[in-house]
Amino acid sequence: MTTANAVLFQATGLNQRNERVQRLYRLLFGLMTLMLIAPVLLILGTLVVKGGGVISWEFLFTAPTDGMRSGGVLPALLGTVWLVTVALLLSVPIGVFAAIYLSEYAGDNWFTRAINLAIINLAGVPSIVHALFGLGAFVIFFGFGTSILAASLTLAVMTMPVVIVATRESLQAVPQAFREACWNMGATRWQTIRKVVLPNSITGILTGVILEVSRTAGETAPIMFTGAVFFTPFLPQSVMDQTMALSLHLFVAATQVPGIADEIPFGIALVLIALVLLMNSASIAFRMWLRGKKKW
Amino acid sequence: MVTSNPTQGGAVAAREVNDFDRRDFDWYVDKAVEAVVFVCGVSAIVFVLGIFVFVTKEGIGFIIEHLNFREFFLTPYWSPSDADDPEYGILALIAGTASVTGLAMLVAIPFSLGAAIYIAEFASGKTREALKVLVELLAAIPSVVWGFIGLVIMNPLIIKWFDVPVGLCVLNAGIILGLMAAPIMTSIAEDALKAVPDRYREAAEAMGATRWQVTYKVVLPAAKNGLLGGVLLGVGRGFGETMAVLMATGHAVNIPDSIFDSVRALTATIAAELGETVVGGEHYQVLFTIGILLFLVTFTVNLTADLIVRGIRKG
Repeated sequence: MTTANAVLFQATGLNQRNERVQRLYRLLFGLMTLMLIAPVLLILGTLVVKGGGVISWEFLFTAPTDGMRSGGVLPALLGTVWLVTVALLLSVPIGVFAAIYLSEYAGDNWFTRAINLAIINLAGVPSIVHALFGLGAFVIFFGFGTSILAASLTLAVMTMPVVIVATRESLQAVPQAFREACWNMGATRWQTIRKVVLPNSITGILTGVILEVSRTAGETAPIMFTGAVFFTPFLPQSVMDQTMALSLHLFVAATQVPGIADEIPFGIALVLIALVLLMNSASIAFRMWLRGKKKW
Repeated sequence: MVTSNPTQGGAVAAREVNDFDRRDFDWYVDKAVEAVVFVCGVSAIVFVLGIFVFVTKEGIGFIIEHLNFREFFLTPYWSPSDADDPEYGILALIAGTASVTGLAMLVAIPFSLGAAIYIAEFASGKTREALKVLVELLAAIPSVVWGFIGLVIMNPLIIKWFDVPVGLCVLNAGIILGLMAAPIMTSIAEDALKAVPDRYREAAEAMGATRWQVTYKVVLPAAKNGLLGGVLLGVGRGFGETMAVLMATGHAVNIPDSIFDSVRALTATIAAELGETVVGGEHYQVLFTIGILLFLVTFTVNLTADLIVRGIRKG
């Protein structure tokens, strides 16, 4: 900008001072961004250095031994897979339908606003309050006991906003003209949604689902009192069983097991972060690929 | 359209009405789906109400029978497992939550606003995309991992740098919580800046303003409400954070004098003690009462944030 101007106009002292101020602020905000990101990268690097050595196929696929002081993470890993799968089976259908309602049916009125506020609150209520809700509602009132089902229901309620928001965005990205063309052919609202709107937004919805997997896998507080236990020698056989979970396992290994080998909690943390970040990166990559492919 | 030609016979008009007002299989499917979709849409409201109802249901016994507002909110004595005379004063827990959240926001608000301004207004092309992805990934790190970082990495660093006996304190948890909340606040703030129409920027640049002048005089005032809403949501997140605070504060009931004191937060107290209570007992009910308090505070914060952000859309 300035170089182009310099040819046409003579830069005054004021111009030059403004330009200096602008460079100063650019530097300041750039540094702030760096200071936000650099420490975290440094910390993650430390985790990799300290925990990398313990990671092996054996660590992933054997059970903890010697009172959790050594051995692997298999039951916790499998427990997390169970919890996430059941939670998704419950929250994805409801979340997608809720997003369809908000995007395709709801009018711009107080009722829609109330639903939006409720979604913000589901995401914003502290995770420990979700835990209390899960305990009071699913474990005690509905009588599921501390089980995968109760824990997954709690997780589903908590992470549903992720699916709703992502789905609503990708539904709204489908141009209105697509719907109108379909209605003009005499199709019903649902036929239009199923044959035109959903096929054009399914990849965007998948992005949201992957994102939810990563959110659900990392949660600890909501499952502490609803279905996840510190230690169990059994692998879960049904949704009514209790289970170990990777996130809670990290908490337990870091705070409750005296004499544990130093690198084991680091290893657990690394497995958990890798799981979450891989899922997240996949979701982001998917979204970018989608954006490049979009024809309208 | 149906009555476009009144001179035609009534029979023709009636048939045209039937063409549009059809009641075939697809029509019923459509209506059924509409009902299902509506129920799912409403479910979000049902869940929020459900959270309030069930948490209140478990805690109401204490509120009705034993709650003494002055003692509950204004005394710092928390000894729930004392068999003879348990005391439930949450002042120290409130002080713990407030000090940690306050310090975290002191760290996170300026840095995340700065980062958002850099990403939205100064960075361009590949740099911007890369920074956005990085911020999004940082926001995804689970809270239990942050707690672990506070416990095993920050703790020894604080002991070494500041020469204090224990590194699990307000400072540790504040930094951890700040680093944790910053990416979330950065992306919300960046969204708010992006929502300012480009023609505002173009108009200002055409007048000869530099990027910083455009940002400071035009974009920031226009995005003010969105930024404030983002900050409030960040405060709500920090306030409600559980695992990281449980692991990094030192978990000692204490009204802090300095940032090197150990404290205990409201959320962490529930997480640490609920497992050892008897269902329906007094201690159990008190923890649920704290849950109600947390719910009401975050609900208010979220509602306020929503009202502030909506303000710009209306105006």
